Amino acid sequence: MAIIYLLIPIAIILASVAIWGFFWSVNAGQLDDLESPAHSILYDDDEHLIPDDAKQPKTTDKSE
Amino acid sequence: MCCPGCQAVAQVIADGGLENYYKHRTSEAASPDALSATEQLRAEYALYDHQSVQQHFVAEQADGSKQATLVIEGITCAACVWLLEHHLSSLKGVIQANVNLTNHRARIQWDEQHIKLSDIFIAMHNIGYQGHPYHPDKEEQLLEQETKRAMRRLGIAGVFTMQIMMLAVALYTGAGDSLDANYEHFIRWASLVLATPVVVYASKPFFQAALRDLRTRHLTMDVPVSIAIGGAYLASIWATLTASGEVYYDSVSMFTFFLLIGRFLEMKARHRTGKAGNALLNLLPASALLCTDEGETIVAANELQQGDQILVKPGHTIPADAVIIQGSSSIDESALTGEYLPLTKREGDNVVGGTINVENPIRLEVTQVGASSQLSAIVRLLERAHDEKPKVARLADKVSGYFVIAVLIIAASVGLFWWQTEPENAFWITLSVLVVTCPCALSLATPTALTAATGTLRQHGLLITRGHVLESLAKATHIVFDKTGTLTEGNLSLQESKTLSHLSAQQCIEIAASLEAHSEHPIARAFHKITAPRSILAAQQLTNHVGLGLEGIIDGQRFFIGKPQFASQHCGQHLDFSDAPDNRCQWLLLADETQPLAWFGLTDPARKQAAQMIGQLNQMGLEVQMLTGDSSAAVGHIAQQLQIDSVISGVSPAEKLQHIQQLQANGAQLLMVGDGINDIPVLAGAQTSIAMGSATDLAKTNADAVLISAELMRLPQALKLAKRTRANIRQNLSWALFYNLIALPLAAAGMIAPWMAAIGMSVSSLVVVGNALRLTKLGRPDRVE
Repeated sequence: MAIIYLLIPIAIILASVAIWGFFWSVNAGQLDDLESPAHSILYDDDEHLIPDDAKQPKTTDKSE
Repeated sequence: MCCPGCQAVAQVIADGGLENYYKHRTSEAASPDALSATEQLRAEYALYDHQSVQQHFVAEQADGSKQATLVIEGITCAACVWLLEHHLSSLKGVIQANVNLTNHRARIQWDEQHIKLSDIFIAMHNIGYQGHPYHPDKEEQLLEQETKRAMRRLGIAGVFTMQIMMLAVALYTGAGDSLDANYEHFIRWASLVLATPVVVYASKPFFQAALRDLRTRHLTMDVPVSIAIGGAYLASIWATLTASGEVYYDSVSMFTFFLLIGRFLEMKARHRTGKAGNALLNLLPASALLCTDEGETIVAANELQQGDQILVKPGHTIPADAVIIQGSSSIDESALTGEYLPLTKREGDNVVGGTINVENPIRLEVTQVGASSQLSAIVRLLERAHDEKPKVARLADKVSGYFVIAVLIIAASVGLFWWQTEPENAFWITLSVLVVTCPCALSLATPTALTAATGTLRQHGLLITRGHVLESLAKATHIVFDKTGTLTEGNLSLQESKTLSHLSAQQCIEIAASLEAHSEHPIARAFHKITAPRSILAAQQLTNHVGLGLEGIIDGQRFFIGKPQFASQHCGQHLDFSDAPDNRCQWLLLADETQPLAWFGLTDPARKQAAQMIGQLNQMGLEVQMLTGDSSAAVGHIAQQLQIDSVISGVSPAEKLQHIQQLQANGAQLLMVGDGINDIPVLAGAQTSIAMGSATDLAKTNADAVLISAELMRLPQALKLAKRTRANIRQNLSWALFYNLIALPLAAAGMIAPWMAAIGMSVSSLVVVGNALRLTKLGRPDRVE
């Protein structure tokens, strides 16, 4: 049980680091827009990132 | 495709390989204005290339590129953001383009050597969006800071609450013998370290508000909340230091976290419509055509001086208050007065900045600029209305005010009593009293019910932006509607046509549509909507007689359309309005050189659900009134159609405000529904106000709620939900009071240990939250067939 003397301070430090990171991201404006990032994952605009050998044969637009 | 604008946009989108936009968009984009007049636009946007104009909003980066923040009009959903970002990034010279969906701002970085700012504006215009430079005003900066602060508070409370809960589990499970006293002591200290930022930083707004309340001697919920947080925290510190009693760090931080979430959501809803700063700016055009001895030059509108001569082309907004010195035209003043029909203005007449020139080019001399202009006058009226807005007394605050005083007196006297009988137990018994009467349930009673109801209404298209709305909706006794754009569609459409000759109605409509095809007058637009483009005949020698009508030659035959006196002057019969079939519509006459051909009846039709809604409101016992700036015969007709008995017509914005203030002074609980700029002072002055979704930004900002879906039936539904919410809040409050009445005597008698008090407190809060969740259903929707 004595391990908690070490673990709890570590937990507190980690929480503080998380808070520091959160503050940084708020101040840097990363959380200004809470809506559009949720949608952007759905857009098929990453074709150039897919390796050629992994590409699916192109289907017609409607059948997606 | 509904118009050439959409088609052009679709073309650009398809050419650019951005068809994905259509796959992903979740709401219809607004149809962009006809994309003609590109030359004029180019010249206007070229203004933004000037160094002197740019210095206000463009920042030069270290690598020589430039960066600017723009406000973009026309963004409706996430697909717009995607389209804008991709279209702009694909332009040569644009280094980075980020668009924010929430506040409609774009941050653009570009290389001046490859692309000019005006080209970026035009590129945006081509896909259907209007850009404006963003000048952050003070208010908006404050809003931004407020949001960031609230987020940081929420983050602190959230992260640390989780940590404290983890430690609390250890304390609870190990309570008694299994946990060594040393470990328990250590865990308490760790909890203290974690809880301190939550209390000191995250719950600061509650303490500040409580302090303000004490100073102004007006107790609100913030006082008991502060006492609960502060009291439990201090007691826990005492317990930690003396290694006795109970600690409440988990309750304190959890309570803070939940309350902060509620406040954060409320703030978000408030900010959503809060774009006040740039709304007015957008009403006035950015540029004006200045006439000097050397010719015409485009200047920035805010550089105009009194006495300048300017030229305003048809379809353009008048940049400042002015007097006409040459030409005549009709002016669309709907933004200011709510009248959808343009007024005819001649030489010597005054025109108001922000109104739109409809028909002919006119030359103006500027009479008023800036703060002395009429538009600013409306804004001043608005500020006054805000100040005079009646305060709504809030039930929970009133109850809690007395409650807090009572609790403090009881706690003090209990403490005093035990101090004299058993001094060693006095502190813990007093603490039990304070904890057991902890106003958690009481202070959660209202916010949880309100949050649940607000969320439900938002899902159904009514966005509530001020906290008091639901409470005052439930109390409303009078409901006042604006006419144009609220009860009616806000634009003219062809209602009836009566032929007077051998030609069929369809033929007459085609002739009329061909004559009106090139006019942007609201009357002409009624004809644009009903005819297919291919049935438009070629009309020659079109002549526009301002305020009277049009004439033109089709297939060698001369036709006239317009006021009956004008259209019939060349044929044998002289007709005027008294010859029209009835007075329910506005009648236009079509005639050729020998005989009158047809009457066309135009009206601004009532919205589909309006009559049913008014019926329901009457049934609910509300007094319905119509308050309109319009003074035409159409008012009476609409009132009759919708069965509204009380109508006040032909009033100015100031008189509207006076009318509702009079009603409110007589004790009416008033709900105002409106849309136009002319309604803004009334919306601001009314106890509760709802703006239509199509309303101007400025109107939305000043309303307490926005009816996004434009479905009028949501209003009676909202009123019913508001009544249920009020009932729910009452149940919650009575439960909280009932619980306290039972628990308080037991605690005062020293029969409840602090840990029992903590459990009781949590359970009573859960009951309140569960009851509030019943409001997430709108109930049986009264569907419209």
